[in-house]
This record gives sequence, C-alpha cells and structure tokens, in this order.
Amino acid sequence: MSEYFSNIKTSATTIATGMAITLKHFFNAVKRKGDAGIDDADYFRQVDGLCTLQYPKEAIPTPTHGRYRLYVNIDDCIGCMQCERACPVECITIETIKVTNDDLAVCGKTSGGQQKRMWVPRFDIDTAKCMTCGICVSVCPTDCLYHTPVADFSEFDVKNMLYHFGNLSKIEAEAKKKKLAEQQAQAAKEKAAAGGVAKPGAPAAKPAPKPAPPAGGQAGAATVANTVSGIDF
Amino acid sequence: MSSSPSLNTWSDALSGFSIGWFPLGLVIVAVIPLVFIALYALTYGVYGERKISAFMQDRLGPMEVGFWGILQTLADILKLLQKEDIVPTVADKFLFVIGPGILFVGSFLAFAVLPFGPAFIGADLNVGLFYAVGIVAIEVVGILAAGWGSNNKWALYGAIRSVAQIVSYEIPASIALLCAAMLAGTLSMQQITMMQAGPGGFLHWFLFTNPIAWLPFLIYFISSLAETNRAPFDIPEAESELVAGYFTEYSGMKFAVIFLAEYGSMFMVSAIISIAFLGGWTSPLPNIGGLELNTMTSGPVWGAFWIIMKGFFFIFVQMWLRWTLPRLRVDQLMYLCWKVLTPFSLVAFVLTAIWVINH
Repeated sequence: MSEYFSNIKTSATTIATGMAITLKHFFNAVKRKGDAGIDDADYFRQVDGLCTLQYPKEAIPTPTHGRYRLYVNIDDCIGCMQCERACPVECITIETIKVTNDDLAVCGKTSGGQQKRMWVPRFDIDTAKCMTCGICVSVCPTDCLYHTPVADFSEFDVKNMLYHFGNLSKIEAEAKKKKLAEQQAQAAKEKAAAGGVAKPGAPAAKPAPKPAPPAGGQAGAATVANTVSGIDF
Repeated sequence: MSSSPSLNTWSDALSGFSIGWFPLGLVIVAVIPLVFIALYALTYGVYGERKISAFMQDRLGPMEVGFWGILQTLADILKLLQKEDIVPTVADKFLFVIGPGILFVGSFLAFAVLPFGPAFIGADLNVGLFYAVGIVAIEVVGILAAGWGSNNKWALYGAIRSVAQIVSYEIPASIALLCAAMLAGTLSMQQITMMQAGPGGFLHWFLFTNPIAWLPFLIYFISSLAETNRAPFDIPEAESELVAGYFTEYSGMKFAVIFLAEYGSMFMVSAIISIAFLGGWTSPLPNIGGLELNTMTSGPVWGAFWIIMKGFFFIFVQMWLRWTLPRLRVDQLMYLCWKVLTPFSLVAFVLTAIWVINH
C-alpha cells in the first residue's frame, strides 16, 4: 500500500518537474540560441532559446581557414601548371599561351612582383570532382589558388559546377595565339636566315623546322581555337 | 427552461426566427459552434499546436508560408482538398465512409449544451451535463467503425485500444463531473455556471469554494485527456507503433474531418471542465471596492470571451502535457484508470457529498 502511494507521489513530482522544464523552454522561445561560433568560449554554455537555423536565410559562419570552395585569383597566376599536375582527381584544366615580348608589360606582374610570362586563357576547376584536399593550394608558387569560406555552392545543373577562371576572352586568346605564332614564325625565319648565313653546315636540318612552325602554328591555333570555342566562357 | 430572464436571450431569439417554414434561426444556432470549431482548429488547433510544440522543443515551427508561417494551415487545407479520396478496395465501404461522420457528429453534438456566454447556448437542457457525458460516447462508435471498416491491422488495433480506453475513462470522468453536479445541485450547464457567478470573480468558482474540488478537477482533466486520445494517452494513434491508429487508411477530406472532430472534442472537454469547476463564462476578475472589474467584464460578449479563453487555456495545458510526457503502455493505462483514478474519484465523491450535506 505504501508503494501504491509512493508511486502516485513519484508520478506527480516527476510530471511537475517535466512540465516545469517544457514550460521553461516554451518561455525561452523568445530568445534565439545565438550564433556563437565554435571558437567562442561560451559556445557550450548557450543552451537557452530556439536552436533552429533557417538555413538558406541564415547560416553558421564557416571557419575562415576551412577548406571549402577553390578560388583562383587569376591576376596572380603565372600559368606554371603545378596545380594541374598536383591534383589527384584531375579537376583542374589549364591552357597557357606564351606572352610575346612586347606584351610583357600588358600582361603585367603578380602582386608579388613577379613578371607573368604566360597568358592563361583557360583555367577550369571542375568543382564537382574537387575533393578539397588542398594539394593544389600547397603547391601554388604565387598563392593565387586558395580555398574560400563559401560552403554551399550546389547547382541544379552539373555543368555549372565547372568554374572558369581564364584571364583572356576567346577572341583575345585567338589574337594572342596568332600573334605568338606569327612572332615565332618570324623568329624562326630570322634564325633560319641568320643560320643560313653563318652556318651553311646544316641546311638539311633547316628545311624541316622551317615550314613546320607556320604549319604547326596554324594547326595548333586551329585546334586550340576549336577547343576554346567549345568551352563556354 | 431558463430561470433567469436575461439568460439565453440571443439563442432564444435566434431559434424563434424562421423564414416561412424554414427554421433559419435554428440552423444559425447550430452553425455558430461549427464555424467556431473550424476557425479554432485552423488557427489555434493546428497552427498553435505546431508553434507551441516547436517552442517547447527549441524549434521555430512553420516559418515559410506567410509571416511566421501563419498561412501554413491554409496551405495544408488546400492540399487536403486536392488530395485523392481513397477508399481501400477491401475496406467495408459503408463503415469506412460513415466513420469520420459519426466521429465528428459525436463531438459536435456535445457543443449543443455548451453555453457560449450567458446569452447563447444551443439547448439549455436540464440534463445538460449528463447529455454531454453521454453523447460523447457516440465517438466510440465512429472510431470503431473507422478502424474496423479500414480492414487494416493498425487501424483495428488503434480502434480497439481507443474504445477500451474511452469506455474505461468515462467512469472516473463521470464520477468527477458528478462531484461538480452535486456542488451545483443541477445538471443544467447554464445553472452550473450561474452557481459560480458573483461579484468575487474567481472566488466563487467551485475549484476555490470547495476544499475537495481540486481532486475531481484533476481526475476529470486526466480522464478527459484519455477520452480525447491526447498524449500521454494517445496509444490509439501511437505514431511509432500504429502509423496513425484508427485513421491510418484515411486521406483527403475524410482525414480532415477526423482531425476536426479531434480538435472539436479537445475544446469540448476543456469547456466542460471550465464550466464544471472554473465558472464557465463568468469573469475571473473580482470587484475590488469601488473598482467593479467583475461587473465591467461580464455580459454576453465578455462571457463568450471568457469561456473561449478558459477552453484555450486547457487546450494549452493539453498541448503542454503532450510535449512533456511519453506515451503510457496499455497496462499502465488501465492501472491508472482502474486502480488510481476510479478509487480516488469515489473518495472525492464521498468527500464532496459530506461537504455538500454540511453546507
């Protein structure tokens, strides 16, 4: 019999305790839990208030040093292609065009003061493939490739996951390529002429490379142009 | 049947109004509680419950449709209206279709004797309280029809549990209400309310005039939770065990009707407990000296306000309990009913009788 009454007493007290807890939470609903980051000393102490985060409208700030979306500051890129080679999943595709001597000033220098010697008409990162390992970042000599705190970059079309960072438009790239080809052809011609005068000992070897540059240049330009036009800039 | 001339003036005037042979006034009297149930279920019942439960669980609840999700229920209703009304091929079609109807009618019939203020009551029966307790039992038939007609194991289990539970808990609930009837000396809802009216406001309520009334009050409240299948007595629809209990197979508007019936009976039991122990439509504010708060806050409109507010308060307590307590097991449910509530209600009955005799 005493157990019967003690059961009732326990029920009553536990129900009262439980209801007090829920009511406390109900009245705490005027507060939000706050957005103290994990770095905050009070992070685990903020237990009062609503904890729902209405995600697309509000988000927990991502850590500034986390590895999220890659970004290329293309103005600092020297086209060394080390990142492309380092990438374990081959998500980086780079094409470069050598800068002609008269364009060096136009091409400019990196923020570190290094002269850029390559145009980079194509610097594509397939974010869908990227596994954010950060190897490309660690090998970049000019620190132009780095992770940003952008964590949500979902797309409805997987094609939009291909990010283009090139610093030349299609037309510019073709112009530069043509210019380079012409200059190389010119240089080869001059070299051939100079070589023909100075060293008549190797005329047999000359004809082969001599027609090659224009032909190779044209063909190369054509293929590159095709590739470039195939990419959606 | 009303003794005081000011009582039931609005509903009496309405019921006398007819166009030709058509008793339009009577229809309006019936429509007013119906519209009230629909509006309250739409706003406080569904949206309020979702918000209250969310706040108790540190969530935000519906936020997307309208400002703070205020139009969420409307969107849900539109969705339910568009849904296909499925009747399972192997279901007992007659019982399946008629189940929700009986369920809703059962909870709605009790609204006939609920006084919405001193001037409005559907029917001021001299056996009002008895009628309210009795007519609610029709719900059991509806639940059993729905559960059996669905031809579904979950639905049948839910229905059986629900019937066992409601029939059991009607005993302590009725004995508890009998205590209130003894205190009032009448079964008429308006007369019970009038017994608790006075310049002292809440001081005249049975809960505060009688030293034992808290016991039947608590017993009736607990039993009413079981009768409306609310947590912690929601084993008939136990989501984690029975999907949705007796309305597992229902979709579209039939589902909505079942929900409306549930919210209707939630308000009904809350109103009955307010009338029996907390003065119904009387104002809780007392007259303090020259400041006649009670007189200022009495009248037909204030009466409707107070009864609805008291009902809403108990609905809030129901929701509050729902988000606090886990579900009872079937044997615990029966233990609570037969071994705790029924003996205690008999004790309360005897004590109340002694108190009434000595006063």
